[in-house]
Amino acid sequence: MSAVRKLSAALGLAFAAMSAPMVANAQVSDGVVKIGVLSDMSSLYADIGGPGSVAAARMAVEDFGAAKKGMKVEIVSADHQNKPDVGSAIARQWYDVDKVDVIVDVPTSSVALAVSQVTRDKGKVFLVSGAASSDLTGKACSPNTVHWTYDTWMLANGTGSAIVKSGGNSWFFITADYAFGHALERDTEQVVLKNGGKVLGKVRHPLNAQDFSSFLLQAQSSKAKIIGLANAGGDTINSIKQAAEFGIVERGQNLAGMLVFLSDIHGLGLTTAQGLIFTESFYWDLNDQTRAWAKRFAPLNNNKYPTMVQAGVYSAVLHYLKAIEAGKTDDGTKVVAQMKKMPTDDPLFGKGSIRADGRKLHPAYLVEVKKPVESKGPYDYYKVRSQIPADQAFRPEKEGGCSLVK
Amino acid sequence: MPEIFGIPSAALFGQLLIGLINGSFYALLSLGLAVIFGLLNIINFTHGAQYMLGAFCAYFLLSRLGVGYWWSLLIAPLAVGALGVLIERTMLKPLYKLDHLYGLLLTFGLALVIQGLFRNEFGSSGLPYPIAKELAGGHNLGFMFLPNYRAWVVAASLVVCVATWFVIERTKLGSYLRAATENPALVQAFGINVPRMITLTYGFGVALAALAGVMAAPIYQVSPQMGADLIIVVFAVVVIGGMGSIMGSIVTGFGLGIIEGLTKVFYPEASNTVIFIIMAIVLLIKPAGLFGAQR
Amino acid sequence: MKHQYIGIAVMALLFALAPLVVYPVFMMKAMCFALFACAFNLLIGFGGLLSFGHAMFLGTAGYAAAHSAKIWGFPPELAIVFGTACAFLLSVVTGLLAIRRLGIYFAMITLALAQMIFFFYLQTPFTGGEDGIQAVPRGRLFGFIDLSSIWAMYYTVFVVFIAGFLIIYRAIHSPFGQVLKSIRENEARATSLGYDSVRYKFMAFVLSGTLAGLAGAVKALVFQLASLTDVHWTMSGEVVLMTLLGGLGTIFGPVVGAFIIIAMENYLAQLGAWVTVVQGAIFVVCVLTFRRGVVGEIAHFIKKPL
Repeated sequence: MSAVRKLSAALGLAFAAMSAPMVANAQVSDGVVKIGVLSDMSSLYADIGGPGSVAAARMAVEDFGAAKKGMKVEIVSADHQNKPDVGSAIARQWYDVDKVDVIVDVPTSSVALAVSQVTRDKGKVFLVSGAASSDLTGKACSPNTVHWTYDTWMLANGTGSAIVKSGGNSWFFITADYAFGHALERDTEQVVLKNGGKVLGKVRHPLNAQDFSSFLLQAQSSKAKIIGLANAGGDTINSIKQAAEFGIVERGQNLAGMLVFLSDIHGLGLTTAQGLIFTESFYWDLNDQTRAWAKRFAPLNNNKYPTMVQAGVYSAVLHYLKAIEAGKTDDGTKVVAQMKKMPTDDPLFGKGSIRADGRKLHPAYLVEVKKPVESKGPYDYYKVRSQIPADQAFRPEKEGGCSLVK
Repeated sequence: MPEIFGIPSAALFGQLLIGLINGSFYALLSLGLAVIFGLLNIINFTHGAQYMLGAFCAYFLLSRLGVGYWWSLLIAPLAVGALGVLIERTMLKPLYKLDHLYGLLLTFGLALVIQGLFRNEFGSSGLPYPIAKELAGGHNLGFMFLPNYRAWVVAASLVVCVATWFVIERTKLGSYLRAATENPALVQAFGINVPRMITLTYGFGVALAALAGVMAAPIYQVSPQMGADLIIVVFAVVVIGGMGSIMGSIVTGFGLGIIEGLTKVFYPEASNTVIFIIMAIVLLIKPAGLFGAQR
Repeated sequence: MKHQYIGIAVMALLFALAPLVVYPVFMMKAMCFALFACAFNLLIGFGGLLSFGHAMFLGTAGYAAAHSAKIWGFPPELAIVFGTACAFLLSVVTGLLAIRRLGIYFAMITLALAQMIFFFYLQTPFTGGEDGIQAVPRGRLFGFIDLSSIWAMYYTVFVVFIAGFLIIYRAIHSPFGQVLKSIRENEARATSLGYDSVRYKFMAFVLSGTLAGLAGAVKALVFQLASLTDVHWTMSGEVVLMTLLGGLGTIFGPVVGAFIIIAMENYLAQLGAWVTVVQGAIFVVCVLTFRRGVVGEIAHFIKKPL
């Protein structure tokens, strides 16, 4: 054999060796329920879901008592980096090669939509906690997907209508110029108009804009009572920070964050974030049960208190395992059907249910960020202004355009 | 209220002023890049990461050592500049005899490493950094409310930019530097330690980036990604201004800020692309840049 | 060149048999990126032009193919052709703008153009912005081969890859390729010999961009998704990394480099941001001590061009 042939053979072996992790050798029998926590582990949403979601999933498995019931449950996790191609590739590989039965979390709507499609093609289960797009239970609904925690309609309806009803009837939008931002702005505008409010102006900003001064200036000169921030993550944080710099709240306008999480407030600090109004479906300090759970969760998550996304992962995994136990199967489509048949109940979201279109129902809460003097310690950030009952918090089933709804 | 093109003039002036403020950051950052490229022919892709390091340095100085903003303005650039010197000594020096593109690739790789390491440690949410008490608050100018801090940024950038330009273009030290770039062997023959000058110049350029980072910390989020997308814009500024020209970068930096501000008023969606369109046009008509000399 | 033919045959055989042991989706991804890297290498390794915006071709073709397959119902072969044609047009336009500049300026202008394209795609509705174009149907190739079967899809990608690779190989070893190399070595001398260096560089640029587009169009069908990642400047950086690691100016280098990087990304996906750190470290190490790249070092060792 010539030297070149040997070399080529060696190269070939090298390829194969490097590809080894992808070889279909996962010896997982069907007796194992494998849960894949797919989240953003390292960037924009890592504090909202991330490793905290993995911890929440583990807590759910423990609290369900899988070991005692003789059910083998394994948890794997991966980072989708907020990219649909990465997320769908991981999902595909998990389903094809690693015998994962269910994927949970997935913040970032674009990734969730892709994963939902892959899950449907493979007949598995997808429990969305992190993503927002209401299309997941609307035109992109699927018999294999359940949308937990929140969605853009809930945010728009909760925050929008509550604010208008309490006097904030003139709005100016600062919107992230991409699909998610547009959707949020559209949904919120509809709600504002429906409740008799007015939209005085809108401005679109590029995603990940560093500087919002010119947009805030426009918002200020519009004299709208409410400045709606139809953006998320770093954009929201930047908008809020710079609004404080320009004295927006001191000069009489209020900011409405359309998508804000506990971790964002923690990052901003109360001095900057005070007065912000938004909607969430979970807050650790709601009642004794949520408090007890949060106190167990925090040490597992670097002493960071849970966001609603992480709480959603716990609730979803718990209900999923109960559904498997009741239905005695882990076939994807059947488990989801079972989950829809059983009402949900957990210490975090209370009693709820799952609709035919895959929408999980539970109450939502309009919260306002406390002033620094009102807070008694870290993570004591919200005062709950009102509760929106489960049957009003989410878009009516018939309006979604989901093909599963007859 | 008089209107210009349908926009109330008050709003227009407000936007122009804000554009000027943004322009100061562009000018400061592109100044560092222009110094490094103009004098050393190195494309410093790490500039964005070094800007980020400056901001993080200020953050650490405040949160771990209680050192405030004013001291950070001095310490952070020195610290990051020292790091720059280290990078130049160990990694860039061996590449001088090769094609310049290798320098670009090296600094690109370094940027990825630095940003990745920080992202691992700190996530992407960003860390808060307060505005120094002396600079908090603002003044009502009538047509807008101008935060004091932003006014300070404009003033400080102008001073630093003009001072740097002066040193390089009008002093003996600057002339040594410029000569050393054109003909290092000859200048070295005159007894001037050219390698050391190059190292220090690189360090100075990096320090400028870090200074910009410290100044950015109170108003933008201190986050590992803060430099990543900014660096591309800054490159465009340097290219438009003329890659060797200090004055070119300064003028273009401020100019771009103003143009961006105007675009945000009339057609905000294009505010990201306008710089690249201008760059493409300039490169077609005058490839050496507006103020650059053909090399 | 005989050993190169052997190398090609071995590579073809390996890839043809690989899906029996290796996850086919991984192989398809790697082959698409290998083609992308080979196309890029044509420009830098043989033409001496560093384009920092090659992602614009990958992404444009991907969006075009995805859109035509999903919205206009094109069958897969037409979608791929359409995607590649769009990349071709883009490369002609950008080539006309960029090609007269040299060195750094060329890199910067390609970067600027790619950024403009990126921001354009970010905002136009048809691309779906951050969502991308999802659920792209694979359809039936030539009307009867159902591409939703993993084997059919795999061998389609395989054929496209080998075809693209051979086109590049042929271009490099043709008179055209020789002139290109001479321009890279010493443009003034090539011009003095009567060769219109601008025209040659332009042709190389267009060929490189078009084949990068081919890779992008196929990739969109494989993953049934076209997203902003494919037009972002970090993708341009990644193809540089793959080619550098594999070996600039070698035939097999980009293929090897692409496989290593894709495998590494897969393997390190659990570790999130470490991927960026490792990629950056590879850049640094390669530039400082490993400039010939994997295949380049092997070629140097066996004293034959690879």
